[in-house]
Amino acid sequence: MTTTRTALAAAVPDDLREAVDGLLLSMADDEFVIGFSDSEWTGIAPILEEDVAMSSLAQDELGHASALYELLAALRDGPGVDADAIAYDREPHEYRHARLLDHGRGDWAMTIARRYLYDTADGVRLEALASSSIAPLRELVDKIRREERYHLMHATAWLQRLAERSGEPRDRLVAAIEELGPDAGTVFTPLAGESGLVEGGALAEPMEALESRWRARITPDFVRLGLPMPPATVDPGNGRSLHGDQFRWLWTEFTSVRRQEPAATW
Amino acid sequence: MNAGPGAAVVDESAVRNALDEVADPELPVVSITDLGMVERVEVGPGGIAVELLPTFVGCPALELIRTAVEDRLAAFGRPVSVDHAFRVPWTSERITARGRDRLRAAGIAPPIDDPSQARCPHCGSADVALDNLFGPTQCRSVHYCRHCRQPFESLKAV
Repeated sequence: MTTTRTALAAAVPDDLREAVDGLLLSMADDEFVIGFSDSEWTGIAPILEEDVAMSSLAQDELGHASALYELLAALRDGPGVDADAIAYDREPHEYRHARLLDHGRGDWAMTIARRYLYDTADGVRLEALASSSIAPLRELVDKIRREERYHLMHATAWLQRLAERSGEPRDRLVAAIEELGPDAGTVFTPLAGESGLVEGGALAEPMEALESRWRARITPDFVRLGLPMPPATVDPGNGRSLHGDQFRWLWTEFTSVRRQEPAATW
Repeated sequence: MNAGPGAAVVDESAVRNALDEVADPELPVVSITDLGMVERVEVGPGGIAVELLPTFVGCPALELIRTAVEDRLAAFGRPVSVDHAFRVPWTSERITARGRDRLRAAGIAPPIDDPSQARCPHCGSADVALDNLFGPTQCRSVHYCRHCRQPFESLKAV
């Protein structure tokens, strides 16, 4: 999309280039990794409806990732730079998704807990970009938010369904939240050059303030359903940089076709 | 519509009429103009430029639609460029009245903001259940009509 390339280059001042690069990469990698995790349910979800739902959610998230990688490719504009190369041609330690998304698919409760925690956090982050000074990003975010609304409805309905059924459903959900909780806040890992993004109007508030907003946002659901609130983030400074073995496994899966046929076009 | 190499006038309205013959690959009962996807058409001596608005960010049909538009407009004998843009967000309000009628006739309820309030496109009943917010494509949900006992789909409001 040549118009996007020109528009983005004009919208990002030189001194914000690196910070915007980091912001776009973190968002794109989040959507990419959760999209691939969701797609693992295709064919094996607990009921047929959820098989369809998780596949459709995955398709949405991979679409968002693709559009964000396109913006990033436009920003980096240079020979050999394209969205697929950014998405697939990196080593596991070079991905910048939140550690929340590193836990592996797990059981259904784990998937619902992860989706709820991520969708609510992503929603707060997208709100903070709704009036961004970077027009192509603001326009994409406007479009993405219209789709994410359905993801949140889905996650919230399932969170409630599992939480209100005592015994195994609730026990598994609580266990999942306890496992993911310490990493939930990593969606708001501070970005390099963040103060410049806020001063330049690219991002409404610093990540720390967004994390407080997010905690306030989820509190009513957690209180009503009697669920354990996510504690303070463990090792917040490395929230997007230290990825474990579970991610290495997923990375091996989602890069396998690309590594077999690097020059293939689709 | 018979615009082609011999057509006398190549202007925006001739191009828009031609685009009205390009069916949506996932919902062939409606055209891309029924869906309100065509945002801008510019006709100049150097070529025809079309700007389309994706209904969903990751819609896998976008490249198919681009090719279908290029194929249809090739008849005008000028270079054609097709761009996808988010400059203006596509929203479900852009679907035309004719588009809504065509969807209903095909058994697909037009979009409404609260998906639980959809009406059955077969019998018009409001006694319906939302089976799944997500359906066979990104833009659709799945319902069941308790009155005529038929499943149906609706377009998501975005």
